[in-house]
Amino acid sequence: MSILVFAESQNNKFKKSTFEAISYAKDLATLLDLECIVTCPAETENLEILSQYGADKIITHQSDELRIFTPTRYAEMIYKTAAAHTCKHVIISQTYAGKAIAPIVAAKLNYAIVTGIIDFPTQEEELVVTKTVFSNKAYAKVHLPKENLVMTIVPNSYELKQQKGQGSIVNHTFTSSSHVLTKSIEIMKSKGKVPLTEAEIVVSAGRGLKGAENWSMIEELADLLGAATACSKPVSDMEWRPHSEHVGQTGITIKPDLYIAIGISGAIQHLAGVGSSKNIVVINTDKEAPFFKAADYGIVGDAFEVVPKMIEALKNSQS
Amino acid sequence: MEILVCMSVVPDTTTKITFSDNNKTFNKTGVQYIINPYCELALSKAIELSEKHNANVTVIHVGGNQNDPIIRKALAMGAHQAIRVDAEPKDGQFVAREIAEYAKTKSFDLILSGRESIDFNSGMVGNLVAAYLDLEHANVVTELDVDDNNLICIRDIDGGREKLAIKMPASASAQKDLIEPKIPNMRGIMQARTKPLHVIAPSVAENVGNIQNYELPKGKQEVKLFDTDEVANLIDVLKNDKKLF
Ligand SMILES: Cc1cc2nc3c(=O)[nH]c(=O)nc-3n(C[C@H](O)[C@H](O)[C@H](O)COP(=O)(O)OP(=O)(O)OC[C@H]3O[C@@H](n4cnc5c(N)ncnc54)[C@H](O)[C@@H]3O)c2cc1C
Ligand SMILES: Nc1ncnc2c1ncn2[C@@H]1O[C@H](COP(=O)(O)O)[C@@H](O)[C@H]1O
Repeated sequence: MSILVFAESQNNKFKKSTFEAISYAKDLATLLDLECIVTCPAETENLEILSQYGADKIITHQSDELRIFTPTRYAEMIYKTAAAHTCKHVIISQTYAGKAIAPIVAAKLNYAIVTGIIDFPTQEEELVVTKTVFSNKAYAKVHLPKENLVMTIVPNSYELKQQKGQGSIVNHTFTSSSHVLTKSIEIMKSKGKVPLTEAEIVVSAGRGLKGAENWSMIEELADLLGAATACSKPVSDMEWRPHSEHVGQTGITIKPDLYIAIGISGAIQHLAGVGSSKNIVVINTDKEAPFFKAADYGIVGDAFEVVPKMIEALKNSQS
Repeated sequence: MEILVCMSVVPDTTTKITFSDNNKTFNKTGVQYIINPYCELALSKAIELSEKHNANVTVIHVGGNQNDPIIRKALAMGAHQAIRVDAEPKDGQFVAREIAEYAKTKSFDLILSGRESIDFNSGMVGNLVAAYLDLEHANVVTELDVDDNNLICIRDIDGGREKLAIKMPASASAQKDLIEPKIPNMRGIMQARTKPLHVIAPSVAENVGNIQNYELPKGKQEVKLFDTDEVANLIDVLKNDKKLF
């Protein structure tokens, strides 16, 4: 018996979240004494790297039908592989693609599904994991069924672990058993250099910045840090920034290693989307701003003074 | 055209989350319940489509009768009728199976849901319903229209957005920005009182929860403050102590 992991890629390169999912699956496979199988379309570059994160076997699928991401097709590739190799656990990273695929896999295999997992199971009588609930305002401890289970793991929740493994690669041809009725018309890539949902560092600004014209220093800071940019809801509502940057309860949820919040008050709905970031730096003129209670580091000060100083300090530290 | 909207009911976004009974139960006392914000978007979109394409909008909710006033709100917004599957849902698969069982008895051209419920954040019910019914589903859609038997929509994908067409019958779940939520007017509220709200018994599915207990986030340690002329020190801590870049 085995654990199956879906290896997601973008522009033919595996994503970091894929390596996290494999590291997780390999550790779970070791705990349960199972084999760790990884599956993906055949096109992807650098398949060998999957064994470095713990893949015991890599099953690739050759098919024109998999060239464009369609949730039903990818799900079919996964559930057919799971059925053929008696995989009683399927692990998928909780990206947009993962969220679309995982429920289909669970429905077709008639497995249970647990989403939003942020840690490795603890072992009591049963395996128990933590999942976020109430939009990051609380956590739930969830019992995992022993088998027949699909799990989605929140990106940036699990350490990457390099292994010595030498996973074998097996290539299959894939033909979908159904007509796919979805047609992709156009893909619009987001402008930012680093996609917000995958960024390890995020520089975010709020209404304290006063106007759209003041974002050049935010972008410069983000560039120096290799960070993505984000904003509070009023900022995107006023169209100072695109909606795709809006984080919070009604926006995107992120969990970067470092979140720098500039001129953002820290309303509960904002914190719901960013509060589980691993390190939070807050810059705000108001020392009573609620965000300081959720911050690790802070500067009580004017963004227009502090941000240029940060840029200067970074340039000095890099030269 | 027949549209089915799956609607969940959740605590208001400003609710302070607390638990009782050894952290096993969510404290509902004093909590204000609302239509899940993403479902509100799905519903508003369905109503817009019904005005444009002369569609009939059915709202379905799996839950107890304490939620009837909130279902009436959906009717006041403009849905034509409502179905309540009478059960306290404990897991998303149960909810999805019940909705799929109901949908099988009718023929819906379009099934809309929210991207996720803001209480349990499972983000699965809409996808599961579609999978049980063998429909194609577009997750996280920010634009949606119907054109000549096709659902045309834009969905968020990793690193961008995708425009796609799906042959109907189809299914989609709402992401923020899909539409401005509709606000019920006086006439809508009056009409809602007499619109049909059918209560049906759950049909087949097993309804077991898997939550053992809850935890609140641990309080953060006191923030470490730096003066405005210590910016370089902060950068040094982030870079050299924390190794964040
Ligand atoms: C249902 C609902 C959902 C919501 N969802 C979200 C969401 O998803 N995301 C979200 O962000 N919000 C959301 N909100 C809005 C949220 O409640 C707050 O209104 C919003 O987050 C405030 O944005 P802000 O911090 O940018 O602006 P403000 O609250 O106006 O704060 C601006 C801050 O900037 C500081 N400041 C001013 N000048 C400077 C300066 N020169 N230098 C440094 N600091 C300065 C001020 O002291 C203040 O703290 C939601 C609200 C509701 C009701
Ligand atoms: N109890 C319910 N009754 C009807 N629809 C629901 C229910 N729970 C969830 N849904 C639908 O599924 C979407 C995603 O919810 P969830 O999977 O719970 O995050 C919601 O936005 C609703 O459209």
